[in-house]
Amino acid sequence: MGEHIVSAFDDDLVSIQAKISEMGGLVEEGLKMALQAVNDRDPEMAEKVVELDRKIDDLDIEIEQMATTVIALRQPMALDLRVLLSALKISTTLERIGDLNKNIARRASHLASAKKVKLTRSIVAMGEATLKQLTQILDAHSERDSDLAVEIWNDDIQIDEMYNTIFRELVTYMSGDPRMIGLGSQLLFIAKNLERIGDHTTHISEMIYYIVNGEYLGDDRPKGEPLGLDLFMDD
Amino acid sequence: MQNIKIQASNVHVYYGDNHAIKDVSVDIQDNTVTSFIGPSGCGKSTFLRCLNRMNDTIDICRVEGNIDLDGENIYDRRVDPVQLRAKVGMVFQKPNPFPKSIYDNVAYGPRIHGTAAGRAELDEIVEKSLRKAAIWDEVKDRLNAAGTGLSGGQQQRLCIARAIATSPEVLLMDEPCSALDPIATAQVEELIHELRESFSVVIVTHSMQQAARVSQKTAFFHLGNVIEFGDTTQIFNNPKNKKTQDYITGRIG
Repeated sequence: MGEHIVSAFDDDLVSIQAKISEMGGLVEEGLKMALQAVNDRDPEMAEKVVELDRKIDDLDIEIEQMATTVIALRQPMALDLRVLLSALKISTTLERIGDLNKNIARRASHLASAKKVKLTRSIVAMGEATLKQLTQILDAHSERDSDLAVEIWNDDIQIDEMYNTIFRELVTYMSGDPRMIGLGSQLLFIAKNLERIGDHTTHISEMIYYIVNGEYLGDDRPKGEPLGLDLFMDD
Repeated sequence: MQNIKIQASNVHVYYGDNHAIKDVSVDIQDNTVTSFIGPSGCGKSTFLRCLNRMNDTIDICRVEGNIDLDGENIYDRRVDPVQLRAKVGMVFQKPNPFPKSIYDNVAYGPRIHGTAAGRAELDEIVEKSLRKAAIWDEVKDRLNAAGTGLSGGQQQRLCIARAIATSPEVLLMDEPCSALDPIATAQVEELIHELRESFSVVIVTHSMQQAARVSQKTAFFHLGNVIEFGDTTQIFNNPKNKKTQDYITGRIG
């Protein structure tokens, strides 16, 4: 794409893109730290995630203000308009991922005093897959790589499936030993938050696709079937 | 899908040796606002002026190709350009009321075409046209005042009233708002929206936002060619051609 006649317009777009990358980097960092907090059952690390989230929230507001100003001053069209509208949506999505990171971290600090269980490892593995997906989507965004975005969008089903497996195992644990219910519920929420982060990354995929192609990717991506109550029923 | 009102096919325009319009084919639909956008000198006004043979007045100008109005070639020998212009009216960039009263400005067309049977009918046409041009309430008490004494925005609406007084079927507008303030511009845009119920409107504009707001179809002209022609929403949201994209996003002049 060539440069605008008004070079300040280019500068504005570049700054917004840079802010999103900065925000994405922090969100990635937050998820990494949250997973570490879960793995190590480390309340101090959890507290750091909470602090980091404040910065992420500030960036969200900053991006919103920048994009609003550019829309008001430059009346962007076509690709430029798509980039700016997507910037607003992507920063909101990243902010939500930040909130989920925070929630995971808070639950991790509750785990500190609880009994060690093998399942923590499965959740951390799911978290690593989610983190990888998030890193890739941020790369796809900075490269405007629509193909990679679609690939990630299609792959989210793997995270859904990991979630379902963990869900099933946790329910089995909890029904086997009611003392596990407190810990199990916390782990269940952590897994659910990770699954939500996966969904949010697919939303970013959709935005990248929209920026590049000017069309909507739609919502019929492969998804893991949510587990129903039939899990508790006898055959 | 609306009926095609004007069908222009393979139109070429030459000013002496200068090939100003190159093989342009555009369909203008009934009850639709079509906008022509493009950088200065791209040929959009020249092409607009072909649609009611305004270019006939320029000696060195030569038009080739076909322009049909309701299936009939407007460049046919038998077509009287004056009659044609009653059917295909025009509003210009700078409001150009005649140095006459408001009433006489609007009555001018119906008088020369002999449309009105008597004074009462002429009064009716004048009132109807001024109402349609959304200026009646502002001028009804001073119809004998000079048209040139109105504000710029009012003058432009007066010119629109004058253009529609001959009951045209198509209204051509060549940058109708470029000399107007934002309020008058909004009034003219509102008017274009209403006029669409009765006519096809073709508007040349330098304001991309205006084209996006008022039209349903947009043609992008560049160096005498139509680069892209399609639904306005598609042209402004997701143009197919890179040149269109570059122009509407402010990357080429």
